[in-house]
Amino acid sequence: MNDFIFFFNQVVVNGISLGSVYALGAVGVTLIFGILRFAHFAHGDMMTMGAYIAFVLASLVAGLGLTLPLPTGFVVLPFAMVIATLIALGIDKGFYAPLRARGARPVTLLIASIGVTMMIQGLVRLFGGVQTRSFFETEPKGLIRIELPFEGVTRPISFTEPQLLLVIVTAIAVFALHFFLTRSRLGKAMRAMADNADLAKVSGINTALVIRVTWIIAGSLACLAGTMLALDVSLQPALAFNIVLPIFAAAIVGGLGQSYGAIAGGFLLGFAETLAVFNWAVLLRPFRDSFPDWFEIPANLALVQSEYKLTVAFVILVVVLLVRPTGIFKGASS
Amino acid sequence: MTLRYVVLFGALFALIVGVGVLMGLPFTLRLLVEAFAFALIAMGLNIQWGFGGLFNFGVLGMLMVGGFAVTFMSYPINEAFWISDGPIMLGQTLIAAAIGAVLIVLAHKAHRVGVTGKLRAAGIVLAWFVAYIIFRSQMDPAASYILSEAGWVGGLGLPVILGWALGGALAAFIAFFVGKISLGLRTDYLAIATIGIAEIVRATIRNTEWLTRGTLTVSPIPWPVPTPQAWQLWGATTSDSFIYARAGYLALVVALVIVALFLIHRAYLSPWGRMMRAIRDNHIAAGSMGKDVKARQLEIFVFGSVLMGIGGAILVSFGSIYDPSSYQPINHTFIVWVMLIVGGAGNNFGALFGGLFIYMVWLLSEPLAQALFATVSNWSVSMGWHAIPDINARSVQMRVFVLGLIITLALRYAPRGLLPEFIRRDQ
Repeated sequence: MNDFIFFFNQVVVNGISLGSVYALGAVGVTLIFGILRFAHFAHGDMMTMGAYIAFVLASLVAGLGLTLPLPTGFVVLPFAMVIATLIALGIDKGFYAPLRARGARPVTLLIASIGVTMMIQGLVRLFGGVQTRSFFETEPKGLIRIELPFEGVTRPISFTEPQLLLVIVTAIAVFALHFFLTRSRLGKAMRAMADNADLAKVSGINTALVIRVTWIIAGSLACLAGTMLALDVSLQPALAFNIVLPIFAAAIVGGLGQSYGAIAGGFLLGFAETLAVFNWAVLLRPFRDSFPDWFEIPANLALVQSEYKLTVAFVILVVVLLVRPTGIFKGASS
Repeated sequence: MTLRYVVLFGALFALIVGVGVLMGLPFTLRLLVEAFAFALIAMGLNIQWGFGGLFNFGVLGMLMVGGFAVTFMSYPINEAFWISDGPIMLGQTLIAAAIGAVLIVLAHKAHRVGVTGKLRAAGIVLAWFVAYIIFRSQMDPAASYILSEAGWVGGLGLPVILGWALGGALAAFIAFFVGKISLGLRTDYLAIATIGIAEIVRATIRNTEWLTRGTLTVSPIPWPVPTPQAWQLWGATTSDSFIYARAGYLALVVALVIVALFLIHRAYLSPWGRMMRAIRDNHIAAGSMGKDVKARQLEIFVFGSVLMGIGGAILVSFGSIYDPSSYQPINHTFIVWVMLIVGGAGNNFGALFGGLFIYMVWLLSEPLAQALFATVSNWSVSMGWHAIPDINARSVQMRVFVLGLIITLALRYAPRGLLPEFIRRDQ
């Protein structure tokens, strides 16, 4: 039983928290792709930037000497999201809108987003420095342990407070997005534009507004995902750049342009990564008496070494692109 | 148009002379060697993107492969490995890999014997899994044996130029498979797929310590021309020896770039180049004219990657160290794209100009930012405020920002580059 709890702590907890971050990021990527038809590569660095904004706000709040029941970084999140949204709108106005107005191809926008990536990275490192920081320098990181009321179980189910919050806000964000896209007028307009931009335009949908709303959602989701990731691990300049490819992989696996697909893809990749590096020998050990004598359980039965954890996402991506290029859910094509 | 070429290359020459006067000759020679190597890489990307319209974001992977090839070829032989059981174990691994490959091929051919649909798909998945297990069962012991007995495989001790050639060949080999897998994809998917494959290459090279020493790095890697140490043995002073050695290296690289430029430009002007541009501009029309679009695109993808592999090898030999952890997407993929976009995609001279110019901007923006920060810091201190902390660490980051700003400005105000592709209208 202890081994199964170890499995739960290692795979289910980590898989859900990693999957939530991937899902939040991938939803933003996929929304932008659906509406604006280009792969927004700078999304990862918008996440990092959001996390840094939250960090600055959290430091300001901590400077006031307030004690809060929740992590400070989490409490200041709404304000950080507003700031990140404004920056996202500014980035669009400054760098993408002129190219769109010229009728540039999606590839040009993709290259422009690489430029934006580099600018954000440069600025984040310029102002934030290159060192790793933690949101929990002045306050303790809450650890939640659940003892199971079974006999012989000594190991508790454990996860951290940020992980719990991450799962909760992901669920809230997903449901909010779902209701926004299916119930509100603007959400329906967004879906119409994702289906057929020209048709949406001639039927009187304010496409400029839809584009603005897309950036608002994507920017705030990016800030949310980045901050939650930074709360879970630590804050460093390459925080989200390292996972921007798995996020794209999640969006593609789920079918670019499909919000629900992106969520599914995010969790799929999160679990695939944690399952691939999990040492399965742990689960075999309780049964070591029932195996014949000649059979020795190898010390390490992980499918891949943990150095290759991120590679799992790319391998899945390449396989999906080969076997089913539209993703699991049929994706939009440009 | 000719005037533009003269002005731009003249300005570039003036910039180089200016840098030479300000920063000293050894620094300038180093900068030029690296800049010409990057120009070669940018020309390789120009073949792929400029001629063929193929979106390759996996430049980094090709550079790493080229660097590995030259390391393996030119580094001295590691006796401890060759007298151990290592080669035999590696041979067994190779056999295991071959068995796995046969299994996979058989599974793919299962439809010949009537196994189709879901059953065949399941067979293919199973074959891949079994092949992976077989391969790992041989690879893991071999790797740990070599690590403990010999440290790593070592090199072959062959001439460096051969290593450069192998760099090109190995990059071509990898590019063939990358192209086979991903060239059918749409542009943005192709971009993500090539990045993904480059990251797989990066993770593999970084973690196969028995072959590449991974994070332990390999050095010193020999030079194709006399090194500063050799010149010092021949009686040159220390400062002169660096100038002579780097000048010799530069001459070799420049000669290589000129030959490559000549050949590529001939290819560009030839019927073959015209066909490539036709495929790029409208592959459906080109296909209906009887051009084998897929094969031609694969050809061009491989061809461009050869130059990238050679460029990567040149950079590694010059730096004399192979450090797989030093490869970053920004320094090795995105910068090449900035070079090509700013220089002018589709124009070989544009790629050359962009490569040289952007690399100089990249290297020079650090000291410039340092000077700028120092000035601002002094000013703020004189105003009674704080000085800027960690100026040195921060100013390095400035160049990433500058590069991003340049490419976004270029896309907005000069989308076809400083030296746009020359399109003849009279034909």
